[in-house]
Amino acid sequence: MKKAGIIMILGSLLLLGLFKFPLWNIMLGAPQYPEPLGMNIYIQGIKGVQEFDLQNIDGLNHYIGMKTIPKAEDMWEFSVFPKVIIAMVILGVIIGLLGYLEKVSYKYFLGWFLFMSILGVLGMYDFNNWLIDYGSNLDPHAIIKVTNPDGTPMSYKPPLLGFQKLLNFDVTSLPHIGGYLMFIGMALTLVAYWLGRKASLRKTTQ
Amino acid sequence: MKKILKSTLAIVAVFAAFTSCNNSGKSSNSGALSSNNAEKVYIAPGEHDSHYAFLSGGYSGNLTVYGLPSGRMFKEIPVFSQFPTNGYGYSEETKPMLETSFGFVPWDDSHHPDISQTKGKLDGRWIFINGNNTPRIARISLTTFETEEIIEVPNSAGNHSSSFITENTEYVVAGTRFSVPIPQKDMSIKDYKGNFKGALSFISVDPEHGHMDIKFQVLMPGFNYDLSHPGRGKSHGWFFFTTYNTEEANSLLEVNASQNDKDFIAAINWKKIEEYVNNGGGTMMPANYAHNVYSDDTHTATSTMKKEVRVVNPSEVPGAVYLLPTPKSPHGCDVDPSGEYIVGNGKLSANLTVHSFTKMLAAIESEKFAGEAYGIPILNFEDVLAGSVEQPGLGPLHTEFDGKGNAYTTFFISSEVVKWKLGTWEVIDRKPTYYSVGHLTIPGGNSAEPFGKYMFAMNKITKDRYLPTGPEMEHSAQLYDISGEKMELLLDFPTHGEPHYAAAIPAEIIKNNSRKIFKLSENQHPKKALSDADTKVVRDGKNVHIYMTMIRSHFSPDNIEGVKVGDKVYFHITNLEQDFDVPHGFAMIGARNAELLIAPGQTKTLTWEPERVGVWPFYCTDFCSALHQEMQGYVRVSPASSDIELSWSLGE
Repeated sequence: MKKAGIIMILGSLLLLGLFKFPLWNIMLGAPQYPEPLGMNIYIQGIKGVQEFDLQNIDGLNHYIGMKTIPKAEDMWEFSVFPKVIIAMVILGVIIGLLGYLEKVSYKYFLGWFLFMSILGVLGMYDFNNWLIDYGSNLDPHAIIKVTNPDGTPMSYKPPLLGFQKLLNFDVTSLPHIGGYLMFIGMALTLVAYWLGRKASLRKTTQ
Repeated sequence: MKKILKSTLAIVAVFAAFTSCNNSGKSSNSGALSSNNAEKVYIAPGEHDSHYAFLSGGYSGNLTVYGLPSGRMFKEIPVFSQFPTNGYGYSEETKPMLETSFGFVPWDDSHHPDISQTKGKLDGRWIFINGNNTPRIARISLTTFETEEIIEVPNSAGNHSSSFITENTEYVVAGTRFSVPIPQKDMSIKDYKGNFKGALSFISVDPEHGHMDIKFQVLMPGFNYDLSHPGRGKSHGWFFFTTYNTEEANSLLEVNASQNDKDFIAAINWKKIEEYVNNGGGTMMPANYAHNVYSDDTHTATSTMKKEVRVVNPSEVPGAVYLLPTPKSPHGCDVDPSGEYIVGNGKLSANLTVHSFTKMLAAIESEKFAGEAYGIPILNFEDVLAGSVEQPGLGPLHTEFDGKGNAYTTFFISSEVVKWKLGTWEVIDRKPTYYSVGHLTIPGGNSAEPFGKYMFAMNKITKDRYLPTGPEMEHSAQLYDISGEKMELLLDFPTHGEPHYAAAIPAEIIKNNSRKIFKLSENQHPKKALSDADTKVVRDGKNVHIYMTMIRSHFSPDNIEGVKVGDKVYFHITNLEQDFDVPHGFAMIGARNAELLIAPGQTKTLTWEPERVGVWPFYCTDFCSALHQEMQGYVRVSPASSDIELSWSLGE
């Protein structure tokens, strides 16, 4: 159970990577952009991969009537997400410590994981909602209006995960280092649960 | 029997299959077959060349940038000539670059580019080039590929033995081809001999910013100083100049300057003179010359007139200048990578003369002089001779080195490049050029560390090499592979203007330093506009200043009223883009200058003097975006007597 507690602590601490590294990354390549433009999505806000990428994405998007990429202060998520992550890290470390001291059951580890997963899914749902709004809530006076074959306005929503072609742009959306660290951390808490369960089973059989 | 035949055929077939596989795998690096030369110069679409080559434009006054081995031209960098293509020399910001003591001189004859060095190796920070006609030296940045500085050289005329730099870019050196009265005065041309002087200028280069300043001029006898090169390694601290017309003729030089069996290579110990000058030696003489500096922060050039220059008479500094007899009006003066050999390419000589630096020092040490000229000791030809290449060709002009102990000399009259070995002086190979080659270039070929893979020859005569284009043609160049024992002709490509010399460098040394944009946040142009809020139109008497911005795909403002006939309108335009390769152009109907091509983050100014009442359009000249054709605007011009107030707008 000691080992499980340590892994639980480590797993929770890996979430801190989100403060340093992007959670997600969206790259936009095009014939005119052999070096793609890109945005890194951090839990505190969106930054360009290169210094002027956001400005250039906004510049291009004004043709099709997309809104500019939100500043950190324009979205409540960017002030709430860091608090949620900090809270989850503290909670995870406390559970891990208590587990290490055998004050709480390994089942708390699973509880933390499930709670974090629910938060994660909610986060993704919210992120996807933003992408839909960003890609389809267009200025009616846009310079270029492209419609689908059925006559409805084309959506420029970037994919939540994976690749999509949007006009001349190849858009790729994938987790970034912060995101991967979070996934590894969450996986570690599962490992902690499994180790804790094994230790407790051994105890009961003895 | 049939069976055997069948199986043999099968084996042969299998063998053939293997062989052909092998062939296709090897073909890219097999060098023996000339049919493979196409592959050696083929750069697949989207791939990059391995070397940059910077070719002087000669009478274009500019510098062109090529790729090797493809021979593709990437850019023409305006240096000494007005360039309507981007407004250089027409925009208010760049007009000061072409100021001289003679006033605004919009043209020159650019000859010899040389890349900056550190410890004898190309460092790729700047490239220098001389203006031959109105003596000037320019410094071009190899990060922006723009001319950053031009300094005029006083007391000089026909600035030809220039612009060559010392081992650590301490100096860029500019020698005069024509000797002249110093200071200039009204006198009879017939009194040339003994009265005219040749100024050799040592222009210091600030190690951080590259700013140039004439440290001193050596006032030499009235010969013609043709070409020069720095000593390097053991001979660092010396500079060598070829001379002709040591006869000091002032007319019909083709005969009168070809009488002496030997002219000289002048060896200048610049370290010694530098020390003399640092201790207060030399004389400040009144002068008048322009120093023009362009700033990437203000995107503006300033021109300052300098009023004096320090001159040194060689007789004041004993042991600083010697003359090395060299046969028959030598042209090129080239120093090998070790600094030991000084090649004097005697253009009327049958042999190629090579002097030894070590022997020169020994002769100086033992004070064995053959005589003197105007107080300058002349060494004995035999005492300084390292050896000569016997009968290598006709009309030797210039020599470069491959860093593997070989030298390559161009022969104008026999139209060929000859490869020969330093030390043994034997001829190894010769290849024709098309036609009448002048200079040749090996990347780093005049540094301590040449990159001996390619060599190209720049020819003076084109004739039938390309599809005919009337009496006037571009010049031709040939690229050779010199990695093997024998040279191999790879490519023939036309060059712009009349390239004299060129400097080339492996691409990786500079390509990652190339600027993509100018940051708006660093723009310090006094008339910049960084947003719509900064745009305005201001009247100052007859001058109207329009602070304008441009971004895909509009100008702001794009409707301007209140301008009157007789006004002088200044369009100060800032390109707000911060994206690579999104310049915008600006053209105004009836403007009697040029267009502007404005890079992202830059501010440039065009003037326009409207003479007719009406509503006159302007537009973007660079197809910038899908809505480029919409990028336009109007200026309303009212009669001089009108009382319409200035107004401006966008999207109203």
